[in-house]
Amino acid sequence: MAKPVTLSQHLPLRWLGVLPFFAFAVLFLILPTLYIVIGAFRTPQGDFTLDNIIGLNTPTIRNAYWISVKISFWSALLGCVIGFAMAAAITVGNTAKGLRNPLMTFSGVASNFAGVPLAFAFIATVGPAGIITLYLRTEFGINLRAYGWNLLSAWGLTVTYLFFQIPLMILIITPALDGLKREWREAAAILGATGPQYWRMVGFPILLPSILGTMALLFANAFGAVATAIALTGPSLNIAPILLFAQIRGDVLGSPNLGYALAFGMIVITGLANALYIWLRARSERWLK
Amino acid sequence: MSFLTLTHLEKTFGQNRVVKDFTLDIEKGEFISLLGPSGCGKTTVLRMVAGFEQPTAGDITIDGKDVTGLAANSRNIGMMFQAYALFPNMTVADNVAFGLKVKGAPRAEREARVAEMLALIGLSDLGGRYPFQLSGGQQQRVALARALAPRPSVLLLDEPLSALDAKVRVSLRNQIRQIQQDLGITTIFVTHDQEEAMSISDRIVVMNGGVAEQVGAPFEIYNRPRTKFVANFVGTLNTFEVEVADPASGRVTLAGQSLTLPDAPLAARAGETLSVALRPEALRLGRQPDAESLLTAQVTDVHFMGSVIRLKADLAGAAVSLDTFNRPDTPPPVVGSAVEVSLSGRDFILLKA
Amino acid sequence: MTRLFAWGALLTGIVFFLLPLYGMTEFSLRMRRGVYSLDAYRAVLVDPQFQATFGYSVVMALFTIAFGILLVVPTAYWVRLKMPELRPVVEFITLLPLVIPAIVIVFGYIRLYNTSSWLPLTGSAMGTNILLMFGYATLALPYMYRAVDTGLRTIDVGTLTEAAQSLGAGWGTILSRIILPNVLGAVLSGAFLTFAIVIGEFTMAALLNRPAFGPYMQILGANRAYEPSALAVIAFAITWACMGLIQLVTRFSKHERAKA
Ligand SMILES: Nc1ncnc2c1ncn2[C@@H]1O[C@H](COP(=O)(O)OP(=O)(O)O)[C@@H](O)[C@H]1O
Ligand SMILES: [Mg+2]
Repeated sequence: MAKPVTLSQHLPLRWLGVLPFFAFAVLFLILPTLYIVIGAFRTPQGDFTLDNIIGLNTPTIRNAYWISVKISFWSALLGCVIGFAMAAAITVGNTAKGLRNPLMTFSGVASNFAGVPLAFAFIATVGPAGIITLYLRTEFGINLRAYGWNLLSAWGLTVTYLFFQIPLMILIITPALDGLKREWREAAAILGATGPQYWRMVGFPILLPSILGTMALLFANAFGAVATAIALTGPSLNIAPILLFAQIRGDVLGSPNLGYALAFGMIVITGLANALYIWLRARSERWLK
Repeated sequence: MSFLTLTHLEKTFGQNRVVKDFTLDIEKGEFISLLGPSGCGKTTVLRMVAGFEQPTAGDITIDGKDVTGLAANSRNIGMMFQAYALFPNMTVADNVAFGLKVKGAPRAEREARVAEMLALIGLSDLGGRYPFQLSGGQQQRVALARALAPRPSVLLLDEPLSALDAKVRVSLRNQIRQIQQDLGITTIFVTHDQEEAMSISDRIVVMNGGVAEQVGAPFEIYNRPRTKFVANFVGTLNTFEVEVADPASGRVTLAGQSLTLPDAPLAARAGETLSVALRPEALRLGRQPDAESLLTAQVTDVHFMGSVIRLKADLAGAAVSLDTFNRPDTPPPVVGSAVEVSLSGRDFILLKA
Repeated sequence: MTRLFAWGALLTGIVFFLLPLYGMTEFSLRMRRGVYSLDAYRAVLVDPQFQATFGYSVVMALFTIAFGILLVVPTAYWVRLKMPELRPVVEFITLLPLVIPAIVIVFGYIRLYNTSSWLPLTGSAMGTNILLMFGYATLALPYMYRAVDTGLRTIDVGTLTEAAQSLGAGWGTILSRIILPNVLGAVLSGAFLTFAIVIGEFTMAALLNRPAFGPYMQILGANRAYEPSALAVIAFAITWACMGLIQLVTRFSKHERAKA
């Protein structure tokens, strides 16, 4: 008698608890994204088409993606290499354990210090009239520009991104370095391996999935960033997020659906990078469980 | 000169003297166990032999060569750790081949040796697996193969069985002993499990507080413990107070019965009381023709353990344990009943404090 | 050799981090010719635009935090208690904002909620504010959810709930009086991080045309020399303060738990 009543009350009630969350996620995360994705495959009249995707293949758009990919790749790669070296220095061996806590705290701050103010900090330092730029010119007669340095360029942006990429790497890879067991190092040593042999054959391969995974994450992180780039270079630098920004503001491509396709392309690229991250992380967790 | 010698080894961590004046000579092919409670310095001794810790004082020689200052990677020693020391990124075969690979052995030689080692530990089919795909016992067998593959002159094992469940532990320890004897490799085995140490060692070093309290064959350690610590740590003991009757001949009395202790003359005067101990199996149920004396005991507890039955009883004012073999035709005594117990003075152990 | 390498890497990194911080501070003090002064800060702080936009962003951050807590705490609690089978799905959704660039999400908002749509949020200033707040909540979702869920892991949600129910407490009471105080440290961590993210956010506010601090900074940066550096110092101080508060809260709640 009572059973059907509780069952019919039970089920909806259970789902009621997560309804707000799913309603929010659908309305403000999933639907907007789907709208863009679907729009990328539609004509203005609403018919299915691949023209928008094909339309991305213009020199401007191709170039924008390509520069974005280059900036993201290099800032991720350099962020990984430098961040890894720094994280290794504060964890492995007895080099600089005292610096560990300050560096971790600082990394927490710096990884969140992005956007417009970050651009200002770099402009004030190594911009055309920055403190370091002027100092080198007046004191040593070194003209950074003559050496090919220009903050308001793809390379300038890459270097600027490193300010949050390196700390992010440190935050993510330090626990992984802590996870390297003393027994592995000692087992390798007692089997006759030198320090570099241990790193080449054991330590580094164990960390590699984490490193590559984090690199994918850093890549996606840089690829979607807009604010720093706009504050640094204004609309002049032709990269995918700035192009999209301009498109949203004023339909510079002259076709709303091409704009959707541009955004869709960005989702695909960051999505792929994140999928790689998840896959590699699962792989390293499988080893270490 | 012995194959492996540790001479007056000392190790201090800060203020903490962890190993004190540790001297031990080990013959080629011998299987030595370091036995002692957790924290007594066993691992530290082993790590000094391996080269992971520098002794604060003392020398270590292997095959006549002083290795005290030598780095771990040039000592040619094999070592097995407590657990999880396999390289997780390599297959079983690659793990086993590691030592040969870093020495630059050619591929063909490595492959032959890996096959040989995997056959030795009975895991020939699993060469392509990763460590996470193996059980704990299999992982430790691979660790053994990995340690042995480069033909080390000494094998060190630091509680390699303690993370495994009981059944695997027993079978693996027997396998380790078998392989050790087949290869004739000099071995130091660290454990806190006395049964484990006794079942597989040629000699045991009982350690306490960084000191080697007694070194000897399992039979000797068990039956002739030199200190109270050794006696208590190795096996179960029943202790009694006996009254000395005749120190010269070793005659004492326990509950009105006369007994003769083995270590005469006794270092005590007539009328004094002495603390002596007896293993549970030296108290025998019933009237035994070869026993010196017969006492009556009240049974307080019965543990049926299969082939052995362990009784707890009150005997001559002391709570004692005694072991008897199971016999299908004789049910064990019941709690509260009185039983006759035979004992002999020659089985008693006189304990130094 | 290894030590040398380690110290080399550390020093390079530290110099790289310190230079821009030094540069922006130095630059911000140079507004008056020849001497250090706080003129740039004064100029920024008295600017009514600064006051308005900063105030706007603070209010937005507070609303976002309140909304985030109301959305995330009950959800994470409910999923742990009643619907553990939904956890992977919910977790996946909360991580999506890290995958989909903010600019794409806001692009979707603009098209989906425009004046001619079924929910014309962008039709009015208030509607746009609400939409922006939802956008911020989306950006903060990964951090907020992870913080709260980690906090919930350390307490026994089931037992606490049953105990409260046996004393006659309703869901509202359980959440506000039992669960929230127990995960307060985690919630506060999430809140401070949300604040740090929202206060200087640029993309969403700019594209939704709201007078927020991020777009203000960008415009100022395009037109002035010294004030942007002062702004950067202020923004860095705010970020640092948020992270410091998070550490403080984490340490404090660990301490509390140890006492309990
Ligand atoms: N690296 C070290 N630093 C300081 N103390 C140590 C170190 N290694 C071991 N000890 C101390 O030395 C003592 C003996 O340790 P160990 O040799 O590991 O004991 P066992 O293996 O017998 O359990 C312990 O009290 C331990 O705390
Ligand atoms: Mg030990």
